[in-house]
Amino acid sequence: MGNVIGIGAAPKRKEDQRFLTGRGNYVSDIKRHGMAAGVFVRSPHGHAVLRGIDTSAALGSPGVIAVLTGEDVKADGLGSLPCGWGISDAKGVPMKEPPFPMLAQGKVRFVGDMVAFVIAETPEQANAAAELLTIDYEVLPSVVGVLEAVRPGAPQLFDDVPNNICCDWELGDNAAVETAFRKAAHVAKLSLVNNRLIGNPMEPRAAIAAYEPGTDRFTLWTTSQFPHVVRFLMGALVLNIPQHKLRVVAPDVGGGFGVKQFHYGEEAVITWAAKRVMRTIKWVASRSEGYVSDRHGRDHVTEAELALDETGKFLAFRVNTLANMGGYLSTFGPNIPTNLYGPLLGGVYTTPAIYCNVKVVFTNTVPVDAYRGAGRPEATFVLERIVDVAASEMGIDRVEIRRRNMIPKEAYPYQTPVLVQYDSGDPMGCLDGALVAADVQGFGIRKAASASKGKFRGLGYSTYVEACGLAPSRFAGRLGARGGLYESATVRVHPTGQVTVMIGTHNHGQGHETTFAQIVSEKLGVSFENVDIVFGDTDRVQFGMGTYGSRSLVVGGAALSKATDKVIAKGKKIASHLLEAAEVDIQFESGKFSVAGTDRTKTFEEIAGAAYVPHNYPLEVLEPGLEEQAYYDPVNFTYPGGCHIAEVEVDPETGTVTLVNYTAVDDVGTVINPMIVEGQLHGGIVQGVGQALFENAVYDEGSGQLLSGSLMDYCMPRADHMPMMKVTTHSTLCTHTPMGVKGCGEVGTIGSPAAVINAVVDALAHLGVTHVDMPATPNRIWRLLQNASLPVAAE
Amino acid sequence: MTVQISFTLNGRPTNVDVEPATLVAELLREQLNLTGTHIGCDTSQCGACVVHLDGLPVKSCTLLAPALDGATLLTIEGLQGAPGSNQMHPMQEAFREHHGLQCGFCTPGMLMTAIALAAEKPDLTEADVRQGLEGNICRCTGYQNIVVSVMAGAAAMHAAEGE
Ligand code: FES
Ligand code: FES
Repeated sequence: MGNVIGIGAAPKRKEDQRFLTGRGNYVSDIKRHGMAAGVFVRSPHGHAVLRGIDTSAALGSPGVIAVLTGEDVKADGLGSLPCGWGISDAKGVPMKEPPFPMLAQGKVRFVGDMVAFVIAETPEQANAAAELLTIDYEVLPSVVGVLEAVRPGAPQLFDDVPNNICCDWELGDNAAVETAFRKAAHVAKLSLVNNRLIGNPMEPRAAIAAYEPGTDRFTLWTTSQFPHVVRFLMGALVLNIPQHKLRVVAPDVGGGFGVKQFHYGEEAVITWAAKRVMRTIKWVASRSEGYVSDRHGRDHVTEAELALDETGKFLAFRVNTLANMGGYLSTFGPNIPTNLYGPLLGGVYTTPAIYCNVKVVFTNTVPVDAYRGAGRPEATFVLERIVDVAASEMGIDRVEIRRRNMIPKEAYPYQTPVLVQYDSGDPMGCLDGALVAADVQGFGIRKAASASKGKFRGLGYSTYVEACGLAPSRFAGRLGARGGLYESATVRVHPTGQVTVMIGTHNHGQGHETTFAQIVSEKLGVSFENVDIVFGDTDRVQFGMGTYGSRSLVVGGAALSKATDKVIAKGKKIASHLLEAAEVDIQFESGKFSVAGTDRTKTFEEIAGAAYVPHNYPLEVLEPGLEEQAYYDPVNFTYPGGCHIAEVEVDPETGTVTLVNYTAVDDVGTVINPMIVEGQLHGGIVQGVGQALFENAVYDEGSGQLLSGSLMDYCMPRADHMPMMKVTTHSTLCTHTPMGVKGCGEVGTIGSPAAVINAVVDALAHLGVTHVDMPATPNRIWRLLQNASLPVAAE
Repeated sequence: MTVQISFTLNGRPTNVDVEPATLVAELLREQLNLTGTHIGCDTSQCGACVVHLDGLPVKSCTLLAPALDGATLLTIEGLQGAPGSNQMHPMQEAFREHHGLQCGFCTPGMLMTAIALAAEKPDLTEADVRQGLEGNICRCTGYQNIVVSVMAGAAAMHAAEGE
């Protein structure tokens, strides 16, 4: 039996030994015999006609093996990168879906768009040859902002996409909202920008592709959050490689945050090229390359209106958003600002009528797709900002207005007017807990102390809900998903009773090797050390949809739980034979099968042994072996939520915002490993704080140049930007997942931007400031203070 | 054209021929197969590549290999106890104990910086640690557990020295 470590315990992570000693195995660490190097040549222009590429000088350069362009892709008749979601407008007209070629054809549409792939013996030779390409561009004006892109006369990215609008999407009952607005005692209005972000996982993307002519098999090692989906999309839809001839491996991956969950053109090009040149090829992106090619996130411009009655009850909420898609549709692109945004606009409130219109717009920028939280932070930001605006305009306390509108715990399950039904939650409980933990009562004293130093102190709240555990396949299918969203797990019990789990999720920092082992250890009563989790290799794992949207534990963990139950069920059959008792009388507990009411038992190891050495075994009715598989498709999303409270200090001399306190109380359902959950919450919060205070992807209108194209110009949160955070959980259990889990990977990023900006606005409210766009950089705040009519220094 | 350099790498004398423009991070990863030192950026901002050169932390992505001649270099692979053993440095233990890592990509650089910080100052405060980690970016952990780990690791290092 050994060391059973179960649900709720916090063992140290299994994966840490290799990472701490420098023995992880990331894609860039892999070397193969006779490996060549690949370099992508990318467009320096935001928008241009590609007139021609002269490859002759490059081909004559030392060490060069091949130079491939869009013409070669076309000649080989290869498909375009597929989009995983097809959304439609209110009349059912499908979105405009122009092709996304793996190497540009005819036109380039963003700085970083790939125009050629150079393969040489060494990276240096490939880089030198790339410099020798003569590319004839006819440069066109670029359009990078959504407001500009939909204006008449704006540069058009695609001939058949008028006004650059991919889809004019809507959700909710507009008529009901209109009626409610007519009856409203007060209407709060807010225009805001949700700034464009770059994910910046610390490991840059990389890929290695090999082709073995002897077996006609391809292998792709890639920094991916979902290798099976890459195999499916790339093999079946882009390169026409039969699935059984294609192995995709995502080994240790150094952070993802969504950025590594899409099928990228680089993966398709390198795999295709490996066969064309009959060489194993390796490509490793530089950080700067990542800035112009990793999918970006967010980038909304929004007008919102909240109607309230005289007591501050929300009557209706109306949101109009322009969402930037970038130059092409990425794997999940159109799904993020629509299906993952509109349905979350109800938040934790009882708002009876909601209407949301989203214009999904093409621009000459890197394609935008899911970045940590994806759609849900955008929804939360609009809602939690406008609630503050309404409170201040109506003279109601910000906590009080939230309380008056919150869904009471007893009202769950709760149907919102925008599709989704929350199964469980306790927003009030989270709020109460956070108020105490953040010592809101003592805020006045702290504010006075700041004022005595000439600083402005502010407090900000964000009460939020998210939809996690993507997703029920049927529901997703109705919304336009072109894939299923279940998960799979295989539990292989070895003859010795040790266990290997093959699971379709992917671990890139979330600690799955530990959390999933705890589930198996508890359920089967086997030692934690005796459970191994295998993921990230399509040759070893049956199938899976990967890790994103806080789905791993919720959907993958459920599949694992189900497969484990099947192992127990089969074990009971074997035990009933060995113990000569009826199957219904066999109980399984703490790693032992026993006959109820007797002391006759068989250990889990004995049963496993009997399954593989079936000398005394009911072979007529039962197969040997002890390995079970389960696929799990959830019945609903899960709905984590919580309350975040940020406290900031603003220095009016410099405009610097310092985050001085941060408190989060999150409802993530059952907590399997509190240490890991806390770590996920910390990381998520800091990414949200990054959006609120530092991070911004800035493009130059007209030229389409990315101005924040390196870690020198894109400000990432560092250790000294943060205070010690207070993070706790206040969990209600999910009613439909087997273990009651809800997911925790994104909640931090969803709750925090609004909390921080609400705190900044609170700090500056006495100057008449009602809104600050993200990021609240010193420059932005300083300008705001210069324009404020009131004296800058605090009394 | 290559140059020959001799240096001490993780306690062992090492002689290699390198192109003069080779960066230390590349030399370690590509020529010497020590892939624990990671490359996270091209602007010396991220700190994934930090190693110790003559006892001081440096970003190996900005150091040319010829500068190693005659020097002593310590990388993440040189930190453990006996070669091949699973025994770890007190700072590594502290990171494991306090969950100071998630994806592990920034971790070798973080550890090397942390050990240098701890060696430099006996009683690190939280503010010292946060300041001292300014050159290392972690995208996963939100730093909180790294800060806790570094303080605990520093205390353990000094306790071990005191014995
Ligand atoms: S790789 Fe050296 S600082 Fe980023
Ligand atoms: S643990 Fe992933 S970057 Fe630090």
